[in-house]
Amino acid sequence: MEILVCVKRVPDASENEIEVNSKGTDIDRDDLVYSVNEWDNYAVEEAIQIRDKVGGTVTVITVGDEEAEEVLRREMAMGADKGILISDEAFEGTDGRGIAAILKTEIEKGNYDLILTGAQADDGAGQVGGMLAAMLDVPYASLVNHLEIIDDKKIKAGREIAGGNQEMNEIELPCVLSIQTGINEPRYVGIRGIRKVASLDIPVRTAGDLGLDASAVAPKVNRVDYFVPEPGEGAEMLEGSTEEIIEKLVEILKAKGGIK
Amino acid sequence: METALISPANATVFGIPTVIFSVLIPVVGVALFTYIMAKRVAPLVLANPDYRFDRIPQRLWAVLKLWLGQLKQPRYRVGGVLHIMLFAGFIILSIRSLSLVFLGVSEDFVVPGFGGGFGRFYNVIKDYAVTMVFVAAVIAAVRRGFFKPDRYKVPSHYGKDHTPEAIFILGLICALLITESLYEASAMSANQQLGLHAEMIAPLSLAWFFKITLANVSIETLQGIHLVAYYLHDLIFFSFLCILPLGKHFHVITSLFNVYFLKLNKGGVKPVKWGVSEEKLLDLESFGAKNFEDFTWKHILDFYSCADCGRCSDQCPANAVGRPLSPRFISIKARDYCYDHYPLRGGFRKGEPLIGSIYSEDEIWSCTTCGACEEECPLMIEYIDKMVDLRRGMVDDGNVPQSVQKPLQAMEKRGNPYGKMEKKRADWAKDKEFKAECTVKVLEKGGTAETLYFVDSVTSYDDNIQKLGRAAARVLTAAGADFGILGKGEKDSGHEVRRFGEEMLFQELRDHNTEMIAESGAKKIVTADPHAYNAFKKDYNGLPPVEHISQVIAQALDSDKIRLKSIENPDAVYTYHDPCYLGRHNGLYDIPRDVLDQIPGIKRVEMDKCRDRSFCCGGGGLYLFYEPIEDKRMGQLRVRMAKEAGADVIVTACPFCMVNIEDAIKTSGLEGEMTVVDLVELVDQHLIAA
Repeated sequence: MEILVCVKRVPDASENEIEVNSKGTDIDRDDLVYSVNEWDNYAVEEAIQIRDKVGGTVTVITVGDEEAEEVLRREMAMGADKGILISDEAFEGTDGRGIAAILKTEIEKGNYDLILTGAQADDGAGQVGGMLAAMLDVPYASLVNHLEIIDDKKIKAGREIAGGNQEMNEIELPCVLSIQTGINEPRYVGIRGIRKVASLDIPVRTAGDLGLDASAVAPKVNRVDYFVPEPGEGAEMLEGSTEEIIEKLVEILKAKGGIK
Repeated sequence: METALISPANATVFGIPTVIFSVLIPVVGVALFTYIMAKRVAPLVLANPDYRFDRIPQRLWAVLKLWLGQLKQPRYRVGGVLHIMLFAGFIILSIRSLSLVFLGVSEDFVVPGFGGGFGRFYNVIKDYAVTMVFVAAVIAAVRRGFFKPDRYKVPSHYGKDHTPEAIFILGLICALLITESLYEASAMSANQQLGLHAEMIAPLSLAWFFKITLANVSIETLQGIHLVAYYLHDLIFFSFLCILPLGKHFHVITSLFNVYFLKLNKGGVKPVKWGVSEEKLLDLESFGAKNFEDFTWKHILDFYSCADCGRCSDQCPANAVGRPLSPRFISIKARDYCYDHYPLRGGFRKGEPLIGSIYSEDEIWSCTTCGACEEECPLMIEYIDKMVDLRRGMVDDGNVPQSVQKPLQAMEKRGNPYGKMEKKRADWAKDKEFKAECTVKVLEKGGTAETLYFVDSVTSYDDNIQKLGRAAARVLTAAGADFGILGKGEKDSGHEVRRFGEEMLFQELRDHNTEMIAESGAKKIVTADPHAYNAFKKDYNGLPPVEHISQVIAQALDSDKIRLKSIENPDAVYTYHDPCYLGRHNGLYDIPRDVLDQIPGIKRVEMDKCRDRSFCCGGGGLYLFYEPIEDKRMGQLRVRMAKEAGADVIVTACPFCMVNIEDAIKTSGLEGEMTVVDLVELVDQHLIAA
């Protein structure tokens, strides 16, 4: 089975203190460290497990700047067979639809049976998977937390529904699935693994390679502001050391009758 | 010399000279034994290399102390004393056993040097040795069979009870002693009856009792007893020899070697593969112990040597809190696997990966590397290196608990397990009140100091532990030290990263810190974290000398650079908890205690488990993130031990012990009743301002 997993390089919220920059156009990116978007790790792990069971190849793809190559290497260290980096200045500032359009162009050059994305990205809107499926005109299931391969034509995908209910769907291949965390336990990628794939070749596709120009992926959604919301009525941000915060919280809970 | 009975060397039974058996039994026995040993040695040859051929004087000293001197045995009083009796008896009787074999061929045989007066002296000693071993074996059998000490129990998921094997071997030993004594007593009784010269038999010895019993037995019967006893002894002796390598009594043969090849760099971790330099690590196909043959030959010798005494597991804190780990069965399960896959008959069988067949993942992650098991083992079996090798294998396969993956990744990206920003690493020193009384130099951009204070991650970032950093800085200032910190240039020492099996990440952290320390120009390093201390001493190379803060405090007290006022709380009873990486792994037991005792008026008690039997608090570094399967926390047991000792303040000298014990006090509902304080904090509180 030919599996493609779309991944993204993001600033991991657990390893960064995210602050809005002074202009209010973006987050402050000076001191950030980046990782693979958490959901994408689950998607790659699932792809590797499927490949190990039924054979085939796992390709990981990302749209980003040249530093995005690092996440492809990490996923290849995890076990993906190939990586494709789509990188061009012309793609800078594009929106979710633009990313989906870029991916679609590359995907149509291949022969993929199954395309996985993370359910969403730390810094994203959870929209690429659905749009990509629509553009490719293939079936789509979102928030998949269970996957079974029936044969080379069909798969069974489970989704968690509100209230803890589970839904199972049979889907024809090729299709796009967005993968939810918890579908598996992604394996650890050690430094040795990353170093071992350091010299592997990762092809870079530019706008020219894909036959796209900047206008084709020009954003139709434009960010106009970026800010931390003002605390509204009833909302209060506790400040101080952890101990002080806990003390204040306990006081408030007691005052409002939450605890006795 | 004339004797009443015909010796086995000259006797005939039904016209057959018995000397045939005297030759046949040893020849067949030795041949069989050689064959078995060859089969047992095969896995050692196939195993990974291990470099244990250095430091010969130290090794010989260890043999003298730990093997011949049985130094660890009395740590368990009853079992230990019984073992010393058996061991001493075996050593003495080895000469007698050897000479008996030759007496079967030549009745005048004398072991060179054992003739004359010394021979007579030896005979008396050996009669008592026989008796001593006999008494010890009977007591041991009764103890195992009836009293059944807990530590010999085999939990059902680990297999069948080992008592029958133990009693069977004790039975064989008794049979050897009885036949030897009968052989001797029958000859002496006959000689006496015929008025011939009879060697003195040591009074009250086993042979002496037999001689009295046989006083009126006819010469003919005595002749029968003499021959039957001899050949039974011969047969049992060689059977015993061949049975030894089949079970837990293999240690009778392997112990000498196992002790000689002991691990000498306590607290250190073996390289990924002996003989492979760090630069070549990337070329290795696989890392760590995934299959049985990935263990080193010494580790397999360890498995052979385990005497199943259960002391390791009795001391293991993981076992005590119900984690799925019992060090004893790490050895026993591997030995069973080995005997199964390298059978005495038939070819060797290809095996399965260790994790998933004989070991479980949780079992291997459960170990905190506290070293209690290794401290206790009378045979010097090691466990930490095996755990690290097994983990290296799991890390190489991507098989790492989810709870530890994030901290490891944060360590890679940010140099600390919390994922906090590098530039905030020195924030603990920026507290306003603190800054007013104490300035901490940050050694960057060419700043230098004589002493580098290495803070490490937990003290740098943990809200509740940062105060230890401030206390250490105040104490260093009071002691007049010219010191500084690396600030954002410091990364985690990587101590637990290495022990979790992520060797390459450890090496990155180590190389970074080594470079930063060199750049700082510091002449010595001080740390208050025993884990960093151990890492610098055992895992790093080419650093300036390293000291733990307790050593610095002790020196400052000795040279009157600092003085301490009377204990603030004279009613409180203090107890000192030895951190594993300060005590067991580095032998610093007395210095922290001496420092404590220099606080005038302090009341200090010892817990039952102290010094080299200290009980791990739950582990440091990445162990704070690991979520084990357990019934209760190690720290909770430790707090209970302190309470039982009558203490209400636990003093430790490690930030991780602080975290774990503080948690344990809260989760045990003892808040207000018990407190924990770090040594450096306590000293800081009692400084007399200069």
